[in-house]
Amino acid sequence: MLLEINPLVLPDIGLVFWNTIAFLVLLIVLGKFAWKPMLKAINERESGIEEALLKADKMKAEITAMQNENEALLAKAREERATIIKEAKEASEKMVNEAKDKAKSEYERIISDAQAAIAQQKNAAMVDVKNQVGALVINVAEKVLRKELSNKADQESYIKQIAEEVKLN
Amino acid sequence: MYLNRFKSLLVVSLSLMAILFSTAVMANENLVVAEKKEGDFNVTETILEHIKDDHSWHLWGHNSIHLPVILYTSKGIEYFSSEKLVDEHHEPAVYHGNFDYKLIEGKTKIVDANGNVDAAASKQLWDFSITKNVASLFISVIILLVVLLTAANAYKRTGIKSAPKGVQSFMEPIVLFVRDEVAIPNIGAKKAGKYMPFLLTIFFLILTNNFLGLIPFFPGGANVSGNIAFTMTLAVCVFIVVNLNANKSYWEHIFWMPGMHWSMKLFLAPIELIGVFTKPISLMIRLFANITAGHILVLSLICLIFIFKTVFASAIAVPFAVFIGMIELLVAFLQAFIFTMLAAMYIGMATEEHHHEAHEGAAHH
Repeated sequence: MLLEINPLVLPDIGLVFWNTIAFLVLLIVLGKFAWKPMLKAINERESGIEEALLKADKMKAEITAMQNENEALLAKAREERATIIKEAKEASEKMVNEAKDKAKSEYERIISDAQAAIAQQKNAAMVDVKNQVGALVINVAEKVLRKELSNKADQESYIKQIAEEVKLN
Repeated sequence: MYLNRFKSLLVVSLSLMAILFSTAVMANENLVVAEKKEGDFNVTETILEHIKDDHSWHLWGHNSIHLPVILYTSKGIEYFSSEKLVDEHHEPAVYHGNFDYKLIEGKTKIVDANGNVDAAASKQLWDFSITKNVASLFISVIILLVVLLTAANAYKRTGIKSAPKGVQSFMEPIVLFVRDEVAIPNIGAKKAGKYMPFLLTIFFLILTNNFLGLIPFFPGGANVSGNIAFTMTLAVCVFIVVNLNANKSYWEHIFWMPGMHWSMKLFLAPIELIGVFTKPISLMIRLFANITAGHILVLSLICLIFIFKTVFASAIAVPFAVFIGMIELLVAFLQAFIFTMLAAMYIGMATEEHHHEAHEGAAHH
């Protein structure tokens, strides 16, 4: 031997031989019956998970779309409600106003009627007063005329007295 | 304040221990001289004995399994129990078969009538014995077959609908680890599938033998993955797989590096050619050296007890041995991973599709 080789780094043919056999047996048996089904199952599961995730994403997108649609519908409904309420408010206001107007006109009509009646009665009263004043005047004139015939001075004082007594309303 | 007190306490206890051991050693010195006749304790020999292969597998006390010896000589195959190669005092004895066999430093040799090694005849001797390492290797093969076939059957039985259970759930992360961290990053997702069985088998075989080697008693205790023959066989397998699958551009990059001046090409070709061989050789040496070093370390620490010849040495030796043992657990996994990783890397380099436009950018190839 040229070099003194440590037996530790000198491979034994026996172990090399058995190890080659062991490794090849493992490679073939495990390759066929262990690694192949294991890797296949793992791949299948992974693709399954991927598919499921994609599906979930798709569903999520669909749900979001539906939610958006719902929201749009809701917004529309809200808008409609607002218009309805607005319209109702307007109608009620209109009705109130109408009623108010009607009441006002009625009230005015009643007042004008009353005023007309008052005026009419006033006129009638005036006519009555005038008639009575006329009759009184005639009475007075008659009495004055009768007294004048007796005494002129008395006549005058009497007229004066009468005129003072009579207060025109 | 507290820290200082702790420190001084530590110093006192350590110096006490040192004094104790030194006196113990001194006291034992005389004993050592006295016992020399019975057999001095040789640390190197003891450690190497544990690391080397053997024809018998020590169980406990004086019990050991005598493994079969299988020899191939010019007179044909011959097999007998290794019990016949030792006498009742566990010293090598001559066995008279087709030739006269004797164990010289643990290896079977042909000896002549006087008990001297017949070097010329020994060269014709092929030792295919089921040694301790071979037996341990077979045990690891059986363990792997049982465990992995059980795990694989679980997929057949329960399909992919249910989550992994039991052995299956223990194996699947490792398989996924080899696939996602070792194979795909180095070989590429497209081609990784083809090499997965090879890489997985290598990984699990190394891992199992590393772990079995860490068990100090039967069925562990053999130093299979720290044996150069084992690592060499696996490295040769990697070498074969890499070079059988290497594509045209891989060889082109070795013999006629593209994008270089012709003189540079001539210069690089032998270097690259050496690289083809150094890659598997580095694989072989790395695994062998790491595992063997770990075993030597643990054994050296335990041997401290016998060197000091006092049981108190175990107070230091055992915790350290446990600590190194923990590191060895990590190394066992790490070395299996590195071997597989580098194998995958070499396969990846050999099968990589080179695009000549990309050369400037990818100079590290």
